[in-house]
Amino acid sequence: MSVELDVFVGNTTIMDEEVYQLWLDGYTVNDAVKVRMEGGVMDECEASKDVLLSDTMDQYRTFQMCERLLHSPAKLANQLLFQIPPHRQIMLIERYYAFDDTFVREVLGKKLSKGTKKDLDDISAKTSVTLKSCRRQFDNFKRVFKVVEELKGPLVENIRQHFLLSDKLARDYAAIVFFANNRFETGKRKLQYLSFQDFAFCAGQLISNWTVGAVDNMVEDMDVDLDKEFLQELKELKILITDKDLLDQHKSLVCTALRGKTKVFIEMEGSFKNLSRGLINIAAKLTNTKDVRDFFIDLVEKFIEPCRSDRWSAADMKLYLTHYTNSAHILDTFKHQVVWDRYMGVVKSCIFKMYHD
Amino acid sequence: MPGKLKAKIVAGRHLPVMDRASDLTDAFVEVKFGNTTFKTDVCPKSLNPQWNSEWFKFEVDDEDLQDEPLQITVLDHDTYSANDAIGKVYIDIDPLLYSEAASVISGWFPIYDTIHGIRGEINVIVKVELFNDLNRFRQSSCGVKFFCTTCIPQCYRATLVHGFVEELVVNEDPEYQWIDRIRTPRASNEARQRLISLMSGELQRKIGLKVLEMGGNAVVGYLQCFDLEGESGLVVRAIGTACTLDKLSSGSAPNTNTHMHPNTAPASNACNSPSKDGKEPVFVEDLPSSSGPPTPFRALPTSSSPPPFSPSKPCSRQSSSSDTDLSLTPKTGMGSGGSAGKEAGPLRTLLRQQTQTALEQRGASSSGLLLNAREFPFFTLTSFPPGFLLHVGGVVSARSVKLLDRIHNPALGNTRSYKLLDWNSVTADEPETRDAWWEEIRQEIKSHARALGCHAVVGYSESTSICEEVCILSASGTAAILNPRYMREGCLDIGCTDHRFEEPSPPNCGFCHIPYDELNMPFPAQLTYCYHCRRQKVPDVLFTTIDLPSEAAVAGKGCLIQARLCRLKKKAQGEANATAISNLLPFMEYELHTQLMNKLKLRSMNALFGLHIQISVGENMLLGLASATGVYLTALPAPGGIQIAGKTPGDLSSEHISSIQKRINDTIAVNKELYQINPPKLFALDPEVFCGINMELAEEGVGSPIPEPRHRSRLFRSHSESSDELSELDLSHGKKDAFVLEIDDTDAVEDIHSLLIDAPPPTGFYSCNTENMPGISNWTSGVQMFTSVRVLRLSNANLTNQGLNKIFTDLCENLLKSFYFKLRSMIPCCLCHLNFTVAVPEEELIQVTVTAVAMTYDKEQTQEKTAEKPVNKGSLEAEEQLQFPLELCADSSSSNIQTASKISGVGESTNMSPRAASVDYGSFADRCSTWLELLRLKAHTIRRGSVKTSRRTQSLAHSVSSLERCSPLQEGRSRSLRSSRSFGGSSVTVVKMTPLSFLPGTRIIKYLGIINMFFIRETTSLREEGGVSGFLHSFIAEVFAMVRAHVAALGGNAVVSYSMKECVFMENPNKNQAQCLINVSGDAVICISETDQESSASTANTGQTGGSETDGAT
Repeated sequence: MSVELDVFVGNTTIMDEEVYQLWLDGYTVNDAVKVRMEGGVMDECEASKDVLLSDTMDQYRTFQMCERLLHSPAKLANQLLFQIPPHRQIMLIERYYAFDDTFVREVLGKKLSKGTKKDLDDISAKTSVTLKSCRRQFDNFKRVFKVVEELKGPLVENIRQHFLLSDKLARDYAAIVFFANNRFETGKRKLQYLSFQDFAFCAGQLISNWTVGAVDNMVEDMDVDLDKEFLQELKELKILITDKDLLDQHKSLVCTALRGKTKVFIEMEGSFKNLSRGLINIAAKLTNTKDVRDFFIDLVEKFIEPCRSDRWSAADMKLYLTHYTNSAHILDTFKHQVVWDRYMGVVKSCIFKMYHD
Repeated sequence: MPGKLKAKIVAGRHLPVMDRASDLTDAFVEVKFGNTTFKTDVCPKSLNPQWNSEWFKFEVDDEDLQDEPLQITVLDHDTYSANDAIGKVYIDIDPLLYSEAASVISGWFPIYDTIHGIRGEINVIVKVELFNDLNRFRQSSCGVKFFCTTCIPQCYRATLVHGFVEELVVNEDPEYQWIDRIRTPRASNEARQRLISLMSGELQRKIGLKVLEMGGNAVVGYLQCFDLEGESGLVVRAIGTACTLDKLSSGSAPNTNTHMHPNTAPASNACNSPSKDGKEPVFVEDLPSSSGPPTPFRALPTSSSPPPFSPSKPCSRQSSSSDTDLSLTPKTGMGSGGSAGKEAGPLRTLLRQQTQTALEQRGASSSGLLLNAREFPFFTLTSFPPGFLLHVGGVVSARSVKLLDRIHNPALGNTRSYKLLDWNSVTADEPETRDAWWEEIRQEIKSHARALGCHAVVGYSESTSICEEVCILSASGTAAILNPRYMREGCLDIGCTDHRFEEPSPPNCGFCHIPYDELNMPFPAQLTYCYHCRRQKVPDVLFTTIDLPSEAAVAGKGCLIQARLCRLKKKAQGEANATAISNLLPFMEYELHTQLMNKLKLRSMNALFGLHIQISVGENMLLGLASATGVYLTALPAPGGIQIAGKTPGDLSSEHISSIQKRINDTIAVNKELYQINPPKLFALDPEVFCGINMELAEEGVGSPIPEPRHRSRLFRSHSESSDELSELDLSHGKKDAFVLEIDDTDAVEDIHSLLIDAPPPTGFYSCNTENMPGISNWTSGVQMFTSVRVLRLSNANLTNQGLNKIFTDLCENLLKSFYFKLRSMIPCCLCHLNFTVAVPEEELIQVTVTAVAMTYDKEQTQEKTAEKPVNKGSLEAEEQLQFPLELCADSSSSNIQTASKISGVGESTNMSPRAASVDYGSFADRCSTWLELLRLKAHTIRRGSVKTSRRTQSLAHSVSSLERCSPLQEGRSRSLRSSRSFGGSSVTVVKMTPLSFLPGTRIIKYLGIINMFFIRETTSLREEGGVSGFLHSFIAEVFAMVRAHVAALGGNAVVSYSMKECVFMENPNKNQAQCLINVSGDAVICISETDQESSASTANTGQTGGSETDGAT
């Protein structure tokens, strides 16, 4: 005696959020039943294991049928197959596109290609996110990437409108797309201490200040590609380290401003030239795609690590960078104020974000 | 050329990719009606094509309009090879054929393919221009409204109930034609879908003709079924109740409008048909003249309802003198009302020829029999306006086992010509065989009803179960006595009416009073005086197939009671098989009945409503499932307990027995608590009780489970097998004490265990299979309709009956448990209209299909108001539906009071008192309470609006009538619904579905027409679609989606009285194939929330005249 067929279909599609999460997390039906039993749902309605199994199977089937629609969430709102109340639709989409920070950290900046997909089992083993869930998240990244690639207009807004995501999630996806497009290196050991949210913040800064879209908002790929002209102009900043006078002048201005305001003044004064060279060399090299990829690792190696070894506090760092940026304005022979601001604004906030343990 | 059908193809969306190379589709559309086909342009390389076609116009007969669906096929253009079909949409245009319903069908329809399921959507607009038909020989019946609802639809008032209508059509099943061997599964499925669509259209048209013939304008409780007889063909049959319905004006403020005197009503009907205009004035004339004694109501049909659109029809003109005809004794003993030569219209004769021949075939000779057969006093309704149902006798049922033969169809292969069959080739005798079979069963039912002293059968339904060549036909209903005031004369056999009509019983217990003669009882029964009024006898238990009357006095809550049974049988062929089955049937019915009775006692209840017994036949077993809603009627005596006895006293197992006895007693006590059964003690109300007629009442009130001395059965049925042998079986337990359960072997112990196995629903849940849940009426807005299917494979070949029973019981119980669990977020909630269907699709498979609705209710209120709520509701319905007869009663008794009082609503209700005073009624207190409710309600309506005084104020009356003629609210509402849907093109109208006739918290303001859809789905990649469960899951979801889309396109937002009548599932996992057929039906409606109806009414009133004029024109 066995149950050959068992279905339950409601006019309004019944979905249990807990089961949905289990499905998203890649649990098998049997594992999901176990989790639910441990969760005590059985006591609620005098249910037995069979009831739970039948319910879980039904829901899993429903989710599988919905999955196709979730791939283009706009369809969910005007499809006729499932009658789902709007707030539920939002929940379904939001959860489907949610991702694990640990997982995304692994693929951030990697090419969203089949090759990467093949490595997902390694990532799954490493992050203890189930392979099924990894695949879903990876496919989500890829899908979003593909769709926005061909669209004009602001990246975050495009993602939000096409995938009906919340602002927060849309921004995260924008970061992922941005990183994947520019292939920023994030996997090096030295960068391991940085979380996805750190990178997402930096990506936001780069998108809103360094891309084509920051100047012109009707170009294709405007938020994905960095502004080439700007990167060229960054070369001009080299004058700050190549011109000896300018470098000294800059240093004395900064030191005057900092004196007495920090405990690590001596260290700051000592490493000024090194740090300044570091930052400006990063800027000057950004015309090279390869060096763009190393942007974050360069920031860490050339700036954050030296500071950290000198035991600067975060406040020291802020103080230093603020004065470092502002002092350049007083240099009368330095003509590239606009580019300087555009560059330092982003670098400053990125370093602020990245300067932690 | 009486009709012009116009269709426009607007756009498509979400189309599937048909061209792998480009990942796109070059779609175009074929629009077909009858034999005419139009095509749109190809919209190249798009998955969201915009065709925006011209209007395709079809000029057609209205007969075709009724029969044919509009067929829309979406194809992918292919330059080099044949065009690939993407899918189809069938649109039933029937709702456009009567002006009251939808005026346009417009919206997104899922494109459906029988192999791939839903593949994208298409936006279509359909309109119909009907020309008034002057052809006197027409064969269409446009304008007759159909309702699946088994009660008088909200926003209508039944002025007259004409009675039973039935029809069946037969054809070859395309699946079994020779051509099926060479065509694709898709072509075969589509041929089948189209044929069934045609057949049901034809069936509906024919029923409509019968209704027009009877002088009605609507069919209520329309029940259409398919019999897939396999090789022997395909039968589509339908039954229903013909009525004359009046629209309760605009529906915006029904309470106020109800009180309008009919004199102001003509305007409300003006839009329906000009012919109706003549109606009301005549009625006014009737009023004063009809003060003669016997039921002036009957005078009404006289001039009232010439069928709309057919002034030429020989409508049954009955003069008021026909009152005397009624007293004619029928010519044969079993005769129904004799309205002999009255309906001799030529059309009529033609129509009835089938029956005639059928009867003649059976050897019935005289025209006398023909007359009797002509009218079955059957009603498919399950709930009635208060006052309609006088007494209920009990359940009557009949079953018969038949061997199927190939239906000989002379019109073979020609899809069009079978339609002519009934008209031209009366010589084709085979279709009548099916007719004769049903005729036979109905006769049997009728004679059972007569044996119970009843002249009518209500809550009547018919069903079949087919396995290979064996077919069980079943019919069941509730024998009852109805108030003749509502009937068209001749509809009932008034010959058997008696004094009771002149002596109305109190509404909340009257229906329980026995209709049969106490001294000449049809079966042994124990009668007591009614515990409510103390005036008349009542039985100790009451089984019915109808819904609990809203005015019935009930203690506590109701609950679902099921009896389940499996019986093995040997595999056999032909005659032997049929005999084996019919030999088994009586035992099954007996056992089901015993189970029901025991379970009823176990729950300490004394009445069953909505009883539905289904017996399904399979190759090697029979399945029986009886479902009903148990309830404690305070008018009936309290049920006794159940006592266990050993075979021999002093048995070794006496300890065991006492432990079982204790368990049973405990269960009864627990159930009493659970269902809050605390019957009121009526001593204070009725002094007669003190006279000590029934002293044991005191004991019973306390609820000690003492065994009742005797038990009797309400179930009356018989079997006839193919040999036409008739046997009758009295199901009562005879001399044996029914409620002493004897344990003489292990089987008996098993039986008792299985009795106790039924787990009560978890806290917060109630369940019933009827329209209203006894004891709960304060619904909140949460509604969740669902369908669940479970198929069990019996792996063990050597199963015993006991083992099977256990498996089957567990299957049903587990299903219920699953529902409770799934719907736990809705607590407190009630599962209503739980409709279980069982089938044995293959040798070792048991299939159970359940459709039901879960509704939330307000827990706080129930506790306090259970007592008064139902009464309140009842009187509210009385407001809507009874007003007509009420006034007539008033007329008959005192016309002077009437004229003085009719101006105000309160006056009307005072009209009741003279009538009431003239009779001797029992417990005044009870009457009084409902009467007071009525008064309160009237007072309430006075506060709400002043329309009812409009009769006096000319201008006001005018404005009201104009308002009604154009029925602006409906228009306005549907318009606003539509516009809200089109906003942004993204939001989809929410369509609620329910198997009930109402949606809590809302008011139905418009019925848009019947939904009757048949789908086939087949797959050759079962595994890829997620196995059988995945396949069926998506198919059911697709069916729901298509129903919703059709309703939304009609401008509706809900389906009421929804049912899934057929769900035939076949699989062949080895071949990776499966096929499923689903038939669903319901009423598409517009309903509005009760809270915002006032505001919407006012908005609708402003500037909707333009729209309504077009409405009137169509």
